[in-house]
Amino acid sequence: MGNILNQIGIENYIFLCVVLFCIGIFGVLYRRNAIIVFMSIEIMLNAVNLLFVAFSTYHQDAQGQVFVFFSMAVAAAEVAVGLAILVSIFRNLGSISIDNLKNLKG
Amino acid sequence: MNVSTILIILLIGAFATYFSGDKLAPKVALLFSLAALGCSIVLLANYNAGENISVINAWITQPKISFALNGDGLGLAMVLLTAALNPVIIFSSFGNEYKNAKGFYALILFMAFAMTGTFLAADGLLYYIFWELALIPIYFIALIWGNGDLEERKKAVVKFFIYTLAGSLFMLVAFIYLSQKANGSFLIEDLYKVELSACEQLWIFLAFFLAYAIKIPIIPFHTWQANVYQKAPTVGTMLLSGIMLKMGLYSVIRWQLPIAPLAAKEYMNIFIALGISGVIYGSIVALRQKDVKKLLAYSSLAHVGLIAAASYTLTLDGLRGAVLQMIAHGFVVVGLFYAAEIIFRRYETRNISEMGGIRSQSPKFASMFLILVLASVALPGTFNFVGEFTVLYSLSQINIWFAVLGGSTIILGAYYMLKMFQNVMLGETNPKTFADVSVNEGISLVVIIGVLLFFGFYPKPITDLITPSLETILNVINKN
Amino acid sequence: MEMDTNLALVLVLTPFLGFLINVFLGKSLGKTVSGIIGTVAVAISFIVTLVLFNQISSTGKAIQVTLFEWIQISNLKIDLGFLLDQLSVLWLLFVTGIGSLIHLYSISYMHDDENMHKFFSYLNLFVFFMITLVIGSNLLVLFIGWEGVGLCSYLLIGFWHKNQDYNDAAKKAFIMNRIGDLGLLIGMFILGYTFKTLDYSELKQTILTIHYEPQIVWNISIAALCLFIGACGKSAQIPLYTWLPDAMAGPTPVSALIHAATMVTAGIFMVTRLNFVFDLATDVQTVIAIIGAITSLVAATIGLVQTDIKKVLAYSTVSQLGLMFLALGFGAYEVAVFHVITHAFFKACLFLGSGSVIHGLHGEQDMRKMGGLRKAMPITFWTMMISSLAISGVPFFSGFFSKDEILMTAFHHSIPLYVIGSIASIMTAFYMFRLMFLTFFKEFRGTEEQKHHLHESGSLITIPLIILAILAAFGGLISLPGHSWLNEYLAPLFTKVAGEEHHLGATEYSLMGVAVLGGLLGILIAYIKYFKQDNVPESDENITGLSKVLYNKYYVDEAYDALFVAPVNFLSKFFRDYIETGLSALVFGFGKVANEIAIQGKRLQSGSIGLYLFVFVLGMCAIISYIFLAQ
Repeated sequence: MGNILNQIGIENYIFLCVVLFCIGIFGVLYRRNAIIVFMSIEIMLNAVNLLFVAFSTYHQDAQGQVFVFFSMAVAAAEVAVGLAILVSIFRNLGSISIDNLKNLKG
Repeated sequence: MNVSTILIILLIGAFATYFSGDKLAPKVALLFSLAALGCSIVLLANYNAGENISVINAWITQPKISFALNGDGLGLAMVLLTAALNPVIIFSSFGNEYKNAKGFYALILFMAFAMTGTFLAADGLLYYIFWELALIPIYFIALIWGNGDLEERKKAVVKFFIYTLAGSLFMLVAFIYLSQKANGSFLIEDLYKVELSACEQLWIFLAFFLAYAIKIPIIPFHTWQANVYQKAPTVGTMLLSGIMLKMGLYSVIRWQLPIAPLAAKEYMNIFIALGISGVIYGSIVALRQKDVKKLLAYSSLAHVGLIAAASYTLTLDGLRGAVLQMIAHGFVVVGLFYAAEIIFRRYETRNISEMGGIRSQSPKFASMFLILVLASVALPGTFNFVGEFTVLYSLSQINIWFAVLGGSTIILGAYYMLKMFQNVMLGETNPKTFADVSVNEGISLVVIIGVLLFFGFYPKPITDLITPSLETILNVINKN
Repeated sequence: MEMDTNLALVLVLTPFLGFLINVFLGKSLGKTVSGIIGTVAVAISFIVTLVLFNQISSTGKAIQVTLFEWIQISNLKIDLGFLLDQLSVLWLLFVTGIGSLIHLYSISYMHDDENMHKFFSYLNLFVFFMITLVIGSNLLVLFIGWEGVGLCSYLLIGFWHKNQDYNDAAKKAFIMNRIGDLGLLIGMFILGYTFKTLDYSELKQTILTIHYEPQIVWNISIAALCLFIGACGKSAQIPLYTWLPDAMAGPTPVSALIHAATMVTAGIFMVTRLNFVFDLATDVQTVIAIIGAITSLVAATIGLVQTDIKKVLAYSTVSQLGLMFLALGFGAYEVAVFHVITHAFFKACLFLGSGSVIHGLHGEQDMRKMGGLRKAMPITFWTMMISSLAISGVPFFSGFFSKDEILMTAFHHSIPLYVIGSIASIMTAFYMFRLMFLTFFKEFRGTEEQKHHLHESGSLITIPLIILAILAAFGGLISLPGHSWLNEYLAPLFTKVAGEEHHLGATEYSLMGVAVLGGLLGILIAYIKYFKQDNVPESDENITGLSKVLYNKYYVDEAYDALFVAPVNFLSKFFRDYIETGLSALVFGFGKVANEIAIQGKRLQSGSIGLYLFVFVLGMCAIISYIFLAQ
């Protein structure tokens, strides 16, 4: 394991994660399609997961990998609920553009 | 028998009144208020006989709040004031018909309950609960049974409610801070013992001051007063001016001064000056009021300003004078508002310019009204003089100019009260008929006048009752 | 001791009982009975006073009665108690004596009034308070009486309460008195904390034995000044005198009793009572003398041109009171007391006489519409004549002795004040005889109707007049120059040797001569102007020049209105319309601000998820950069 890090270097993992995370953020901010927003969130989650794994290896500590399992489980649950909501929204409004979701207006 | 009995009587009375139906409610309420008066007199006798009438029970363990009621002379004097005025106030309403009377009278008793609790409570949080509890009934009384345009009334009453509530919150914060310092206890003795730095005391003092200054009211925190007095039904006005104002003044003596004595001493002059400017300001504004109840409201402002100033002198005379004047003012202001109500029952107006020439139609009423007016301007021989003299004397000990400026009330007070009396009672006979006081009305007025004159010449029972507890409080204040 | 207490209680409480009976039963008892009850109540007090007077003048010991403790103040004990000594009993004699006569007079005078029982109840209440004032053993009991008589004065001036002008006059009297009362209170406070007592005898003890430090002397001076302000209010001195002429709105017996003989002398009583305080405040004494002299002159000049018969007498009262204060200012207390007594006799007689005239003319008070009443009302005329002679200082009438002593005292201390006092005296003689000539001589100037009904008043009115006239004529005997019973009687009260006994030398005789000549000169001018030349004062609109200023009382009322009343009213209006509204708006402002924040804040909740997310990310970035930057 150690030699993989030696070959590539922890910095590159961090850069990759940051790039992935930013892609996620911009996806969330710019896209209007709820499913794509959703996917962007997943990318952000996975960016963090990747970072967890990288650091876990770097520190020789298994805790990080344990966290990743938790986070993947939560993400799976979230996807299940989220998609269910999206389906419900689609059935009600006939669209899944987030611009149409104005019910939270104060 | 201890002081909790009187609270129980009033609380049961409130429920009994509510369940007795609209017809019986006034009588039931009167009965229970008289029972409370009787009970307080028995308590007084027991207290004078040296019996311990205080109560202390654990109530909530975390935070440590006790159900502690302190039956000392000062508290007892205020309870007596409440218990004596309450039947008079209820009885005075007998000439009026109220919709949903059961609710009305139940609220009056409930308010008496809360106010009595405030005067007795010896635990900071319990005291705070009673203090806020007293606000709820008067809010409904003024809102539902008040007079004038509903929107206007709502505006005035809601302002009053929020204003006083907001002020009290600072007091709550102060209490919480104090209890942290006192190892979680809210008991008044523990709070007295808390050692605070001068800076802390100032903040505590100001927090209390905000609560009390709004309640009393001291200028410039008085803006709720005149409008609420005008809009509330007379019974509500009497409760407010006769007793509720005294809650603030009483609390200054019981809580604010002993807990933050250093701040009180340091800034004494400022607070006395504030009280005295209330005297002058209130008197001057009262001169040009067109509505009787508003005029009386401003006169109240002037009187309580003087009482507050006396309390802040931190002398025995000042505190004693303040308490005497509180009691005297309680009676006289209830009498005056009642007189205004008697006129309203006949003329359906509170506008001074629509009155006049009543004296030739109803000499008895005119005489009684005049006695009340004279008591209010502290003519010697009335209880108010005893109070006002002591108060002014205590102010003169601090600085003679305080006495001179505060004493301007005897000139300005005479000016606006006599002007009002002249415009309301004297002059050509009014074309509208004015029936002289009925028996019921007469009884209330005679009781009030009797009390004022009796204690005017023989205030010793009251002075003897309050002096020891005031001395105890002064010892706490001067312990450092 | 028990006996004395009872006597004192009877003395005080009988008029009070009379008051109670008249208040509660007066209407059902009928007019005459209620009048008799009122009169008898005061007469009983008078009899008790005679007993006490007899006792005190024989034993020379004061009687001190303490009822119970009244007000507790930490270093001050105030009892409800009475002090019956030479001074108070002397005062009581003429208060209850003249009081009884005036009550008697009122039975007839007020008989046509529907509220006669009220009148008598107020009069009784007044006598009760006046007695309290006089016999109180400390300043605070005096204060009960002091304010109490003010109250009765208020009630009686406004007795005809349907007339708002009268009510205004009553209110004015009460408020001006209260200005003085505040002074009195402050004086009491200063004495209280300087000497720890307000009891006369203790005060005297303390003051006479205390070690004088500058602070204490200063306190005494200030206290004396404040007390004098109180006296100014009650005894109508500059600047608080304007209420007294207006107080003539009350029924005439009231003017006689309260506004001439008794209540207005309370200030002099108080100063005399506290002579040991004033003796130590020499600067204040000078002030008193100057104020007294100026008041006497100013009031006399106004009196010269008044046309209302009662107003003339009112200004004359103010002027005479000024003379008394002139004497007080020189520490000649017994002289002032002497003049108080003689003045009570002749001024009460004059007022009652004018009442008789007014009664005879059915309410007419304007002297321009009188004249020639001498024949129709001989008793009234002769009694008033005697009193006028007495007040003018014609030899051997009572006023001659008392006024002469005042002027003599003034001469020994200050020539300018003596001159002012003498001028005032000449004016007094002039306006009194102007009054007499206009009222009683020449032809009647009223309507035929009135002329037809002219008649002498009944015996209930004339008997008091005759008694008072006799007293006015011979009252001077109590203090003859050289051998004064009064000075000896009052001697125990004063710390100084009672006055300087004026040895009657050449100076004194010439002073006396000057005074007599002055008085005669005044009478002569009045004679020439109003008898020989037959002048009648102009009607109101024709008065011009100086006399217009005098007729309008130097416009002092107008000046006070502009200086004090108007600003206060303006301030009241200003406070009510601007400050009150402003403060109220400020409080509502808090609510408005909260509301405004809510309205603006609501806009953020646009419902656009995109925006929410954007803000969310922005927030995240902010937090993260903060964490990094903080490190």
